Amino acid sequence: MESKPDGKGEGRILIEHVEKVYDPEGVNVHACRDCNADIQPGEFAMVVGPSGCGKTTLLNAIAGFDNATGGAIYLDGKKIAAPDIIQSPGADRIVVFQGGALFPWKTVMGNIIYGPVMQGKMRVDEAVSEARDLMGRLGLSREIEPLYPGNLSSGMKRQVEIIRALINDPKVLLLDEPFRALDNMSKGLMHEYLLSVFELTRKTIFFITHDLEEAVFLADRIFVMTTRPGTFKAVIDIDIPRPRDFRVLTTERFVEIREHVKAQVEEESMKAFEAGERELA
Amino acid sequence: MSDSKQASEVVFKDVGKMAVFKKTHTVILKNCSFTVESGKLTVLIGPSGCGKTTIINLIAGYERPDIGEVQIDGKRIIGPNWERLVVFQETALFPWLTCYENIMFGPLARQVMSKEEAHQETLNLLVKVGLEDFRDKYPSQLSGGMQRRAELARALINQPKVMLMDEPFRGLDAMTRQLMQEYYLNLFEETNASHVFVTSEVDEAIILADNLLVMTNKPSKIKKIIEIDLPRPRNWNMVTSKRYLEIKAEALELLHEEAIKASTASGKVDVDLSGLLETTRAD
Repeated sequence: MESKPDGKGEGRILIEHVEKVYDPEGVNVHACRDCNADIQPGEFAMVVGPSGCGKTTLLNAIAGFDNATGGAIYLDGKKIAAPDIIQSPGADRIVVFQGGALFPWKTVMGNIIYGPVMQGKMRVDEAVSEARDLMGRLGLSREIEPLYPGNLSSGMKRQVEIIRALINDPKVLLLDEPFRALDNMSKGLMHEYLLSVFELTRKTIFFITHDLEEAVFLADRIFVMTTRPGTFKAVIDIDIPRPRDFRVLTTERFVEIREHVKAQVEEESMKAFEAGERELA
Repeated sequence: MSDSKQASEVVFKDVGKMAVFKKTHTVILKNCSFTVESGKLTVLIGPSGCGKTTIINLIAGYERPDIGEVQIDGKRIIGPNWERLVVFQETALFPWLTCYENIMFGPLARQVMSKEEAHQETLNLLVKVGLEDFRDKYPSQLSGGMQRRAELARALINQPKVMLMDEPFRGLDAMTRQLMQEYYLNLFEETNASHVFVTSEVDEAIILADNLLVMTNKPSKIKKIIEIDLPRPRNWNMVTSKRYLEIKAEALELLHEEAIKASTASGKVDVDLSGLLETTRAD
């Protein structure tokens, strides 16, 4: 996988023998073991696996919210997770959360410009202009600028969150089941939106999901995680050309790949099911 | 469960329904007409906020249309009753009763079965939904999927004429969901009720439906009826068949059309109305 010609060649995530054990003195939950992956700059990487297998743990380590207890994670050569460093989040890798994390007391515009302005990277007027540019290119109406998150639909909130992340020009976008709560129709539109974001900016994307159609539809490669303690058991190349639209979903090739991914994941899900993992309600 | 009753037909005749919140009026349904065929599984799919839950509420009798009529077997529906039962998205099991007690509740409360009959029917249903080992558990001790199964049993024991399912499997993970669909399909094929199932998942819609009703955005009506001519009993191998993919492609095209219309509606912002509809239901 070469880095995209129009990308900056940034955003390579190297995951080496990563291990995560929670509470080693006490309950000792072994979340991840010997995780290895080399995610290329500008790659759209999807991570799938049964509930509770350690996907979010890995994302948290990449994001800098938590650390690895073994192995290391590098972002463009810089160590961002390892037992011998103190982890910290950074603007170079930004998370879009499942539950949404817009500040409820700020307007859409207030939320979007917060990052660059707070960090002193842009003045307010510069940030507003940048925000408007991004919103325009991604089809969001200026009418929503003065609205509060409480007035927006879930889908629209996600769109705003993605812009809020992008304006900080991260190397990596980390998404933890961001569209899980959306109904199928809104989800479909969000996929198109995210793909246009991807085509426009070619950021590296690390996306966790349970929705296998979503995984195959969006990904360059899918990383399948085993049940806990999680490790990557398979990496599947998605050789469906871009740009992709919803019509791809009913093509033979898509269905073939999806069934293959499904079989891989189901094998692991059965193990997790039998180990008594509760379904996420 | 033996049943000699003819399954019911529900007809929507040019139905209009508005939601009113403080000073705002929103037209949810307009000129909405369709038939829920007797004994069939009719699935409603459409954009969020398009009135699928409103339709369920109108058939259940929790609400009444502002314009037009909703009829069951030729008679106007004027209120809720045991003949038309709903399985909701959130659990509605009585938290203070066990699984077994929850299921038995209906027929005993209505005094249409003796304790012995109700006990027998409950045991039969518990087996059918795979909960025979969990009969003495309380709802809080059951997983999401198990709760749904208990709710299905609790409704079915009353032998309703119409089963109304309002996105009952939403939020369940893929494996559990598939399991639930299997249980549900088995139960559907055994009972003699007419079913209306609301979902926003296209694959779920196709694998379940006899008739798939695709709805428009608000003000909503039926955009297209797709007859799902896949053989019963349904099985998962069908999802890779040519016919299935043809149906799915058509459904996706229709839904995409509506989704684009909704997102480009000029001057209108996509506002979350789910809270608004909750208020109306309480009125």
